[in-house]
Amino acid sequence: MATQDTFEGKNTSSLSDESAFQKGSARVTYRRFKNKSAHALFLGATLIGVVILAILLYDIFQRGLPYLNSDFIQNFASRRPSQAGIQAALWGSIWVIAVTAPLTFVIGVASAIYLEEYSQKGFLYRFIQLSIGNLAGVPSIVFGMLGLTIFVRQLALGRSVLAGALTMTLLILPIVIVSAREAIASVPNALRHASLAMGATRWQTIRQVVLPYSLPGILTGTILALSRAIGETAPLIMVGAVTYVAFNPTSLMDEFTVLPIQIYNWMGQPKEEFQYLAAAGIIVLLAILLSMNAIAIYLRNKFQR
Amino acid sequence: MKHHAISVQDLNLYYGDKHALKDIKIDIEEKSVTALIGPSGCGKSTFLRTLNRMNDLISGVKISGVINVHDQNIYDNEVEVEMLRKQIGMVFQAPNPFPKSIYDNVAYGPRIHGMRNKNELDQIVEKSLRGAALWDEVKDRLKDRATGLSGGQQQRLCIARALAVEPEILLMDEPTSALDPISTAKIEELVQELKQNYTIVIVTHNMQQAARISDKTAFFLNGDLIEYNDTDTLFSNPEDQKTEDYITGRFG
Repeated sequence: MATQDTFEGKNTSSLSDESAFQKGSARVTYRRFKNKSAHALFLGATLIGVVILAILLYDIFQRGLPYLNSDFIQNFASRRPSQAGIQAALWGSIWVIAVTAPLTFVIGVASAIYLEEYSQKGFLYRFIQLSIGNLAGVPSIVFGMLGLTIFVRQLALGRSVLAGALTMTLLILPIVIVSAREAIASVPNALRHASLAMGATRWQTIRQVVLPYSLPGILTGTILALSRAIGETAPLIMVGAVTYVAFNPTSLMDEFTVLPIQIYNWMGQPKEEFQYLAAAGIIVLLAILLSMNAIAIYLRNKFQR
Repeated sequence: MKHHAISVQDLNLYYGDKHALKDIKIDIEEKSVTALIGPSGCGKSTFLRTLNRMNDLISGVKISGVINVHDQNIYDNEVEVEMLRKQIGMVFQAPNPFPKSIYDNVAYGPRIHGMRNKNELDQIVEKSLRGAALWDEVKDRLKDRATGLSGGQQQRLCIARALAVEPEILLMDEPTSALDPISTAKIEELVQELKQNYTIVIVTHNMQQAARISDKTAFFLNGDLIEYNDTDTLFSNPEDQKTEDYITGRFG
């Protein structure tokens, strides 16, 4: 307390002595003006995105919400807007993701472990790393063509859930590998050394130390990649997801459609009511995406130290 | 006359083109403390890591020569590096407990070597924590996260973790450089107790520490082992001019 008093006392006296601290100094006023302008500029830039998103959401909710009811979720596609629904598309999306999720997780994490923990950091490592980085940036339509050539035609899987899911797996695998690699690389080397120095093998170290430590990051990356897969349309159009399906898939070899394709289809319909149905479909899709992101955030917080 | 726990002959180590250890020859006595001193980059930590083959993890390292432990060259092809490291434990510069509970940290080593019995694990955890003079401070919170301990406690936990696999030799790489003076004093005290049962090789930047805790001291400079002698002799009556220059603070 005593020190604070002295400090304040000192401060006041110097303020009255030194006029340089007083307001109105021209240079400071100008610098402060620049600071405020910068502040406003950056706030404006941030708001552009937020405002446009808000307008979009308002528009979609205003048009789609009245059509969003249990019938809409339970009905199949129909030529009559009043009877059209998204059941087939919703289940199609669930089927595709249910196959894609475990495939990408297992293959992606295994690749990331190999690259980060086992491979020699030489030419081949850098080449693979670069290729995966590039693949993550390849347009999704290219993966669609790949899926069409390999899965639908060569492997004769036809326009099936399996062909679609395998294509989706290829599409998001690079993203999962990159994020899993980053999560694994963030594990401090000191922890690996501690484990190895006690006589653990590489695999024991990975299993007991590296994976538990990096799991939240790996899961977050995988879920975000999967939510991208749920919203993808182009590759599945190429692979031949059908736009008019009046049944749910019952096996991996069934024909299917997914939410974004159903929405895209309705958007192209001349009848105005279909536009409202599309908006309602978008709401469902957004709800799924947001809940997946929420799960990702929850997992990250839950495991974070 | 004490036995030699480690016997090193003609050890050379290269990082790529850099000749980091040159013709090292040294015998390390059983159940004693051997300090490795020298300026940064002199090769003392590198030498320490050759003793449990932690340098194997760095690509581009080439090693020649012989390091005998129990008359077995640890660089022989038939040596299982896992068993070697079980026998020669290591404590690192900065405390590096796993982000697990205190109990799981200490039980980690025994578990990876196959121990599953809960009672035996309990006993080993208690014995190791007692051995590292940490038991009384943590016995009521073994399930707490190890990362919540203070720096000094974490380092003693790391020592307990290393003791849990029952090594004969303990390598310590500047174990107190990240700790405050009180924690440092506790570790030094602990080292004195541990040498009753373990052979300890400790790298230190701190010459007073080497003088306080070690029986023998080895002085490294630019990859050469310049002088190796009883600690008292080396500090009071060094044979080599370079040793004298270093310990009197003329460089380094």
